[in-house]
Amino acid sequence: MDAVATAVKNESGSTDEQQYLTFMMSDEEYGVDILAVQEIRGWEESTLIPNAPEYIRGVINLRGTIVPIMDLRIRFGLKRVEYSPVTVVIILKVDGDHGERVMGIVVDAVSDVYTISDASTRKPPELTEDRNSGFIKGLVNVNEKMVILLDVDDLLNISEDQHHSGVIDN
Amino acid sequence: MSIDLSQFHQIFFEESFEGLDVMESQLLELQPQEVDAESVNTIFRAAHSIKGGAGTFGFMQVSEFTHVLETLLDEIRSGTRTMQRNYIDLFLQSVDCLRAMLGSIQAGSEPDMERAAALKTSFQDILKQSSSPGQEGDVPAETVAANAEDTAGNGDGDDAETGWRIIFRPSEDILQTGNEPFRMFRELQELVGTEHLTVIPVTENLPEFTSLHPENCYLSWILEVRSDISRDDIASVFEWVEDDCDIDYQPLSSAAVKEHTSDTGEAQTDTEQNSVVDDMAVVNAEPPAALVPEKVSEALSAAGTQKAKPAARAAKANEPSSIRVSIDKVDSLINMVGELVITQSMLGELGQDFDMSRLARLQEGLSQLEQNTRELQESVMKIRMMPISFAFSRFPRLVRDLGGQLSKQVNLVMLGENTELDKTVMEKIGDPLVHLVRNSLDHGLETTEQRLTAGKSGEGTITLNAYHQGGNIVIEVKDDGAGLNEERILNKARQKGLVPEAQELSSEEIHQLIFLPGFSTADVVSDISGRGVGMDVVRRNIAELNGSIEVKSTRGKGSTFIIRLPLTLAILDGQLVKVKDETYIFPLVSIVESIQLQKRSLNHVTGSQYVMKLRDEYIPIVRLDELFNLRSSDEEFESPMLVVVEGDNEKVGIVVDDLLGQQQVVIKSLEQNYQRVTGISGATILGDGTVALIIDVSDVGKNLDKSVKGQPRPGQAA
Repeated sequence: MDAVATAVKNESGSTDEQQYLTFMMSDEEYGVDILAVQEIRGWEESTLIPNAPEYIRGVINLRGTIVPIMDLRIRFGLKRVEYSPVTVVIILKVDGDHGERVMGIVVDAVSDVYTISDASTRKPPELTEDRNSGFIKGLVNVNEKMVILLDVDDLLNISEDQHHSGVIDN
Repeated sequence: MSIDLSQFHQIFFEESFEGLDVMESQLLELQPQEVDAESVNTIFRAAHSIKGGAGTFGFMQVSEFTHVLETLLDEIRSGTRTMQRNYIDLFLQSVDCLRAMLGSIQAGSEPDMERAAALKTSFQDILKQSSSPGQEGDVPAETVAANAEDTAGNGDGDDAETGWRIIFRPSEDILQTGNEPFRMFRELQELVGTEHLTVIPVTENLPEFTSLHPENCYLSWILEVRSDISRDDIASVFEWVEDDCDIDYQPLSSAAVKEHTSDTGEAQTDTEQNSVVDDMAVVNAEPPAALVPEKVSEALSAAGTQKAKPAARAAKANEPSSIRVSIDKVDSLINMVGELVITQSMLGELGQDFDMSRLARLQEGLSQLEQNTRELQESVMKIRMMPISFAFSRFPRLVRDLGGQLSKQVNLVMLGENTELDKTVMEKIGDPLVHLVRNSLDHGLETTEQRLTAGKSGEGTITLNAYHQGGNIVIEVKDDGAGLNEERILNKARQKGLVPEAQELSSEEIHQLIFLPGFSTADVVSDISGRGVGMDVVRRNIAELNGSIEVKSTRGKGSTFIIRLPLTLAILDGQLVKVKDETYIFPLVSIVESIQLQKRSLNHVTGSQYVMKLRDEYIPIVRLDELFNLRSSDEEFESPMLVVVEGDNEKVGIVVDDLLGQQQVVIKSLEQNYQRVTGISGATILGDGTVALIIDVSDVGKNLDKSVKGQPRPGQAA
């Protein structure tokens, strides 16, 4: 998989260009590295995990693999919404310490795919101490609109901040 | 064409470790007095393939070390040296050393060369003491090189043992046929070892530059092999070019070799100057060009170490493990898939225009499908099964070493080595088994004198036995030693307050005491201590595998530890329960009984903790809904059921809403994509495709302990 990933990157000519899949939440557009996206599915009922952080909706059966589902709205402290037919789950895959990790994120809707060069991304302003700002890789303007690029590795790393999230959820 | 060799590293490591295992087991069987030629050959072959592989992948530390080892083995194999007991010890140490080296290379770190260097010196010392005539062990092999002037017509000795001079005159068009002399020399070098090969080019036929045809080969070579390799082996290297060249084999006498060695100084400087040799360069120009394999390997090893350093120190856990599967198993699997396809097409056809008249056929087809599925499941499970000899194989060595250390004579008997066991179970049962065998050797068996006094044979026996019983595999570790000292165990337990003073215990109950945590074996069974792990750890490890351990002991006759393990970890018999809207699964083995919860038999202790009187016992009660934070604790249950489970030898009553069916479930990891969850051991997928979580019974019991001690339960904390 890695080999394929690098091959694709190299073929696209310059290496500082990356493709991002973007999705909508609360009228904001967020982007994730398209190479980390395994598939996009509709929302389905999941099985609760006892005593999990609130943003972990539970686990689903993805063709025989147990995959946790994270509600990105709750994780980012946005208003909760009822899931609708257009609610989608983006299945992301990253290489972790113990091999590959697969996790789904619930978002409002999938938007577009952009090719973005590293040069055009801006660093996020370091205004807040909010733990969510750690997930933000950069900001970029596409067609006069701002897209927030997310760091998938940090996003899927739940073990680190699980401790405080338990407090916050209370 | 360049091939990324790193993709084969994993296979190399696996094969090397297998090779080391083979070497070890063969070495242990070797008796110095009567050396079985076949065993020595097997050891030699294993060492040789490790060397070859290590060389190919640039692990020069390994190949160089193995080479020394191989040299001695080769002398033993060819009969020029007889096997001695200290050689066997040295070989065994080398096996350990190689295993450690390969292990660290695999983990991406630099191997510790100190031990290897020490062993290498020992080997070289042995090699220097030449044990038979005709051997030039005292000449350091590296310095052997020869001068071109010396070579012609000097090989009329009759001692074939010392080597061969090969005069290799390829025809001019040899390069056009795609044959590369350089490659053959390297092959020869691999065959005999770097320091035993000297290559001298003969340039007398080289034409003037103006008349030189760049695609022709004008050179011929004189190769000197200082090794007792047979002529046929050398000939095999040149097999492909036999028709295109002129090869002369001359046996080298030891006298001739000695003569050459005196000239080494000059020859070496000669070769060093021309060490950077491209194979094309040989043909093109540079008349005195010499092909020096040593240099090549040095360059390779330099490249190898450079590469190794930046290599990511990937954890071993990331290496995918693999198993070898016998072709029979794969064939039977293919057969079953074939049948499944037939059933599927039959059902598909049936479904196309179905009416009620064909209901019977549908049912028949479905039952066939069920049978196919079950057979398929069984055969797939069989793929993970490996004979238990993989776990047993380390014991002859262990018993030999430890027996020597404790100066006890021990005879190890292994039975049922072909009993098959899941690979994961096998990996996890290794350490507990080692502990038990050590224990039996250390504490179980008496010293030779004590045995003789007791009227037993001086040699103690430890028996490892494995067999199937029902859906379990049973492993027995049996010794014919002194047996457990019941009095001392009981006294110790009373001292520690583990058993009340007045309580009388049966022999079996006393035997079980040694598995209690905090029960130091050191004081009780013997005075040897300091191993740091007790029998409680053994029992916990086995419990983690859903297995059990018991001990049977007769005073003066010996003890037997009996381990029962499930055949596989991947499937478990589960009891499905309902709590609110969620379905959970209890492992059936852990359930003692399931009863209707009687409100009046509940007793309230401290805070929200309840206990229930069940016959003669008070058992703590856990509400699963509370523990898992599914609803607030003041809500009443509708028709509560109590599942009494036993984990870590403690009974706990778990309140659930309803009991559903029992079924076999396939265990899936929750940790793989998420993380460990308290009270949950894994997940599974139910018939309707939804996920259900499997309860970790001993974990639930542990959390209860916390709440009894006044700490908030996780359910209340969140």
